[in-house]
Amino acid sequence: MADDKTNAAEYWKANVRLIFGCLAVWAFVSYGCAILFRPLLAGIPVGGTDLGFWFAQQGSILTFIVLIFFYAWKMNKLDQKFGLGE
Amino acid sequence: MSQFAINLLFVGASFALYIGIAIWARAGSTKDFYVAGGGVHPITNGMATAADWMSAASFISMAGLLASGGYANSTFLMGWTGGYVILAMLLAPYLRKFGKFTVPDFIGDRFYSNTARLVAIVCLIVASVTYVIGQMTGAGVAFSRFLEVSNTWGIWLAALIVFLYAVFGGMKGITYTQVAQYIVLIIAYTIPAVFIAFQLTGNPIPMFGMFSTHTESGIPLLAKLDDVVSALGFRDYTADVDNKLNMVLFTLSLMVGTAGLPHVIIRFFTVPKVADARWSAGWALVFIALLYLTAPAVGSMARLNLATTVYPEMAGQVENYEEAAQNPILYEERPDWVRTWEETGLITFNDLNNDGRIQMYNDAADYSDRGWEGNELTVNNDILVLANPEIANLPGWVIGLIAAGGIAAALSTAAGLLLAISSAISHDLIKTMINPKITEKGEMLAARISMGGAILLATYLGLNPPGFAAQTVALAFGIAGASLFPALMMGIFSTRMNSSGAVAGMLAGLICTLLYIFTYLGWFFVPDTNMLANTPDNWIFGISPLSFGAVGAMINFAVAFAVSRVTAAPPQEIQDLVESVRYPKGAGMAIDH
Repeated sequence: MADDKTNAAEYWKANVRLIFGCLAVWAFVSYGCAILFRPLLAGIPVGGTDLGFWFAQQGSILTFIVLIFFYAWKMNKLDQKFGLGE
Repeated sequence: MSQFAINLLFVGASFALYIGIAIWARAGSTKDFYVAGGGVHPITNGMATAADWMSAASFISMAGLLASGGYANSTFLMGWTGGYVILAMLLAPYLRKFGKFTVPDFIGDRFYSNTARLVAIVCLIVASVTYVIGQMTGAGVAFSRFLEVSNTWGIWLAALIVFLYAVFGGMKGITYTQVAQYIVLIIAYTIPAVFIAFQLTGNPIPMFGMFSTHTESGIPLLAKLDDVVSALGFRDYTADVDNKLNMVLFTLSLMVGTAGLPHVIIRFFTVPKVADARWSAGWALVFIALLYLTAPAVGSMARLNLATTVYPEMAGQVENYEEAAQNPILYEERPDWVRTWEETGLITFNDLNNDGRIQMYNDAADYSDRGWEGNELTVNNDILVLANPEIANLPGWVIGLIAAGGIAAALSTAAGLLLAISSAISHDLIKTMINPKITEKGEMLAARISMGGAILLATYLGLNPPGFAAQTVALAFGIAGASLFPALMMGIFSTRMNSSGAVAGMLAGLICTLLYIFTYLGWFFVPDTNMLANTPDNWIFGISPLSFGAVGAMINFAVAFAVSRVTAAPPQEIQDLVESVRYPKGAGMAIDH
């Protein structure tokens, strides 16, 4: 039982760590590249405008998709590793 | 065949399809009615979620907002997709593991309190009804144009049709109907965009065409658009935003609202396994992104097409925009699509300087040196997507397809929301709290009556809307994000969060957000009852009412945290429950209890 508990606690910790990592990227591309850092990226041209604009209207959405699939894939591996899957 | 007949044919055929599916999949039990029997594949569920998600706001209104606001309105794109990241990581898998029907179910059980359940029901109803208003506004625009009736009749027609299939179908009907609706709406959205992207840039893929060279002028499309709009006194399309705080908060509001909206969350109760809830969120976002990556292209190209329709000399290589602006088209020679939309009242023309020509420009700019006495052409944002195929001279069947798609988008979301509202009333309020002994039949009847009531209320407010479809919808997100999202998240991530904390937090978030919105938009959205004019000067720290949901959510978290620390910890069995939702193991069949 005690083993189960430590095992579960570690699984949860690993999950929370993974979430933090993914959300850092999530915030970086949307609030960062697309909004706050746009003036810094103004020098990088993308089709008639700059990289910040591209992130706001295309790049962040594409990153979001990759993030969710990455998270789902990583969690499946965690589920198996800790024997907590279904 | 006349355009009217083609529209009727497409809209009629798509309806026959949805109604056919609804009858084929008629809900047998209350469980089926709410959650489709718990056996929906992640890809199917993702597609249905996408249809549920992409409402009139996404389909009809968003490209119009992008067209008018340019970069500044990228918030809608990021907000309505980024929410899925939070949903997939912070809510969906755990709520699936918890395994009940509804959002108030989770909040009521997790916070071991019927007060919490009741507060969640109230939050859910306020957010969902606000959202349905936006759908009704959008459906009204689509119906009025394509069925050539007034806007008011359009809204009543939409209400009747939503009522019919949401009431008789239930969730199972809705899941498969929504798959069909997704397919109709994505095809309808993409085809005109592909044609237009090809016409303007030679690149048929809209998301690439937008960043390609504009064929007629030889410079990048977005640079061309910047030149044209600035010649007419508007801000550059790609111009940066000064008020970054508001932009960040607005995006955040839409994201947490996405994760807090009950009709999206309940979709994740219907997948077979916890892992599937994660994949399902990913698939939903893929299907949503197909439209969202195209929308900015539709918006920018429509804006350019509109300007060059009015000022034909601005279309090609322009040496001097001042000269090109001198010769807008004669009102008598306006294209047919302007004439047809004028009939709906959504385009209006007023020849202020009596020269018989259409001067369309930013009213705030002063062009008296050009002999202009004010902007003469007013185009409602919400018509852009619907008018797009006509503006680009596409064949009649494309217009019919867009009609069917726009109506599908509005109806699918309205139906999903009504289901969330009716289950909150019949299941959470009546069955769980008031009369646990109610029969299945009685519960279904209560569900259907509450759907009817919600439709009537939303229709009334749809006739007197607080804004464009997408803006009204944005308010709903603020409300959901400020009230439900923090309670759900803390319920999963904090074992220490207790019922007093959650109730206080939800109430604080909901009330602060509503007060802020009503201050600027009028009490209960009744026009002319607002206490301050809704202008940036009046906003506190420049935060618009649309963005306030993010602040409301922070207030919710802070209040809940503070209250929970000074009151007793939740009982042991609740702490065990929180532990158990964190691990997928033992989730059991979906919703079999």
